Amino acid sequence: MDITLLLTSTVTLASGIPLTLLLTFASLLAGFVLAVPLSFMRASSRKWLSLPVLAYTYVFRGTPLLVQLFIIYYGLGQVGAIRSSVLWVLLRDPFWCCLLAFSLNGAAYTTEIFRGGIQAVATGMIEAAQAVGMSPLQIKRRIIFPIAFRSVLPSYANEVISLVKATSLASTVTLLEITGLSRKLVSETFAPYEIFLAAGVLYLGLTFLLTGFFNALEARLNGAPRAKAHTRRVALQQVTHEL
Amino acid sequence: MDGFVVQFVNGLKTTVLLALVSGSLGMALGLLAAAGRLSRWRAVSAGIGFYTTIIRGVPELIIILLIYFGGTVAISAFFGRYVEVNAFLAGVVSLTVVFGAYTAEIFRGAVLSIPAGQIEAARSLGLHPWQTWLLVILPQMLRIALPALANQWISLVKETSLISIVGLTDIMRVAAIGAGSLRAPLTFYLAASALYLALTSLALVIFNLLERRFAVPGR
Repeated sequence: MDITLLLTSTVTLASGIPLTLLLTFASLLAGFVLAVPLSFMRASSRKWLSLPVLAYTYVFRGTPLLVQLFIIYYGLGQVGAIRSSVLWVLLRDPFWCCLLAFSLNGAAYTTEIFRGGIQAVATGMIEAAQAVGMSPLQIKRRIIFPIAFRSVLPSYANEVISLVKATSLASTVTLLEITGLSRKLVSETFAPYEIFLAAGVLYLGLTFLLTGFFNALEARLNGAPRAKAHTRRVALQQVTHEL
Repeated sequence: MDGFVVQFVNGLKTTVLLALVSGSLGMALGLLAAAGRLSRWRAVSAGIGFYTTIIRGVPELIIILLIYFGGTVAISAFFGRYVEVNAFLAGVVSLTVVFGAYTAEIFRGAVLSIPAGQIEAARSLGLHPWQTWLLVILPQMLRIALPALANQWISLVKETSLISIVGLTDIMRVAAIGAGSLRAPLTFYLAASALYLALTSLALVIFNLLERRFAVPGR
């Protein structure tokens, strides 16, 4: 094990972080925008609304993301209508293919997570909102979704973490994010231990940061129950100042 | 396309075998790790906590690449000439390590949800710690863990597709070869996704039957 190489390759691979984060947050945003209406459709008691969404989430959650990515990147070019359309400008670019695949895949998981939260909202709250005269859309926006989102926040945090890890598949369609850079570097130096360990450390840093962010968000949304642990830390600092 | 049916069948066999072998080994590793995580010895518990946290925070692809290329370097150094690691073996090792980390956390949660009275009762009956684990904790824990375990097995089936990146001839690789040689990527990748969907659906049906059979009363 060469420690210097480990450190230098960590620095080199760090230049892949912006692309990893761009892929993560762009597909997170697109997946969220898709998932909110879809989860309400999926939670609906009307079959013609919920069944098509179920078919979508079932197929996207039942097949590997790698296959989905390859269908979009390699497969869509086989269809002449797509090749000759305006969309081809985007679909022949690996970045947009990754974005499309990760967004559709993430949206399928997020839809099912939100659906669970929506169905768990107590009927009394919805009835109360109806009683004060809110419109169905207002009830969804002001009552159902905020309560549902808060209750599924831990599962949503897990989904965000898996999305960060899923962006590593972008390396299979020539994108040079953290994993792509590390594979390129390994093929040049053939020092797999140091370089893949460095990549692992970078991903670990990203997932830890996100875990910390979601823990803080959860503490905030649940009315700051961690005030106690915080005061103890402050007290300790005061002791060291006195010394 | 016709000539590829046989290859797809072989790829399917490889995928199923890889999932079953690494899933079984991974569950055994997960059980051991969960027991160690719950042990009184701080060092063992902390060490296993480190293992599960690290593995779950790093992409599976990085772990697979590290084990495949790292293993090749290690074995080549050992024999003094270039030896490529068998892709199936590298797949089994990496998926076992990953599956073990996830199932360890599932099993740990399930063990913690068993009422302490059960374990105290087993002790007061004079059962050996081994017997307590085998006869009291394990049967109750497994059925609590079943839904989460089902999800994990389904992700395992999907994760096997990543081993095709290091050259294993599974469903995914057969599709890639066919897509390249017949210039029909959409057809071949759709066929591959249909096979994966059939496998994950089968896993879902099996776990639904198991859940119905071993349902926890009152949960």
